[in-house]
Amino acid sequence: MAVEQRIGLTLWVNGKEHLLEASPRWSLADVLRHQIGLTGTHVGCEQGVCGACTVLLDGQPTRSCLMFAIQAQGHEITTVEGVTPTEGLSPLQQSFQSHHALQCGFCTPGILLTAEALLADNPTADEEEIRAALSGNLCRCTGYQFIVDAVLAAREQRRDA
Amino acid sequence: MKPAVFDYVRVNSLDEAIEALARYEGEAKVLAGGQSLVPLMNFRLSRPGVLVDINDLAEMAGVRDLGHALAIGSMTRHQQLVNNDFIRERLPILPRVASYIGHWAIRNRGTLGGSVAHADPAAELPALLTALQATIVMRSPRGERRLLAERFFLGYYSTRLDWDEIITEIEIPFPASSPGFYEVARRAGDFALVGALAERGTSGGFVTWFGLGGRPERMALPAWTAHEEERRQLLRELAGKLDLPSEEEYKRTIAVSVAGRAMADAEGGN
Repeated sequence: MAVEQRIGLTLWVNGKEHLLEASPRWSLADVLRHQIGLTGTHVGCEQGVCGACTVLLDGQPTRSCLMFAIQAQGHEITTVEGVTPTEGLSPLQQSFQSHHALQCGFCTPGILLTAEALLADNPTADEEEIRAALSGNLCRCTGYQFIVDAVLAAREQRRDA
Repeated sequence: MKPAVFDYVRVNSLDEAIEALARYEGEAKVLAGGQSLVPLMNFRLSRPGVLVDINDLAEMAGVRDLGHALAIGSMTRHQQLVNNDFIRERLPILPRVASYIGHWAIRNRGTLGGSVAHADPAAELPALLTALQATIVMRSPRGERRLLAERFFLGYYSTRLDWDEIITEIEIPFPASSPGFYEVARRAGDFALVGALAERGTSGGFVTWFGLGGRPERMALPAWTAHEEERRQLLRELAGKLDLPSEEEYKRTIAVSVAGRAMADAEGGN
């Protein structure tokens, strides 16, 4: 038992295939950051409470600290890099900027992914539904009002588009 | 922190999973959704030598109608309990209660069987299964075993599940009338400080409390009343019978209010 296994695995992240070797005990969050170099996924509490490490697994928000990378094979993973255009900002990111919905930015990637999934799932989500969806993402600086405002504005923009 | 080293076994069938558990003679743990097990491993409160990953067993997720009950596969995720149209129609209390579990991202991964095996005393599903007198179905090399929820849950994080057994299905009988539900938590998505389910019977009824002591407790209500003060008196007497550790003594008052609201909810008055 004491010998650490190394297992070859294939991860599909933001539409790209990555071949790597990992120990089964490495979390998806750590492999995204340290093996693949996608450091937009942040590691906060490592117990599923803070939401900073939230990524999309087949489009659904998932804690990447509570999933081993080896388990993510065969799934499509989206990180914050995957919802960011090569140039500039996505409409949701733009809305976060114009509504001052972030300060230190540590929680922002997880919040963006949760909000993207919510608006994809439920394009008419009301304020209560937005707050319920975001209740799993903690922010220690802005408070939540500006974040909710930003998501509401992005929803309106999508509707008009 | 990071988990201690473990060997990882991914299985393709229930039989393979049962063989793997037997092969490692108690050193292995089943990895279902991992939303309770992995935090414990990250903090090294749990250090299993082997994880048997059953996430590929799609046949262990889903719902069957048994006529008198729903049989729900143990790998059904909480968010599937919330969203499943069939469950919403036939057993609406289940999606409602499941929507209180953790947060969206946790519910997307956490499973019914995992919650039952973990047996957190403040968890919603073990309480609901106790209230509705559900049956836990398990498999091991010795075959199938079935236990009523109230016999299955023993106390803090402990159950009658043997080290070589896997929970395969939960059978939840349809209640005669829909139970009421209420819980108090400090923040949305937290484990409940105290929660209760209330079922109205022909004369009295039952209250199932959770978050109090080591396991959900289903207690008979000698009478059922919609009168606020009489209801409180009735529940004060019932809560007085709860065996609580001294540090949870303050919860007795909360238990009375929470059960009162669950009773009002059962009447559709909440």
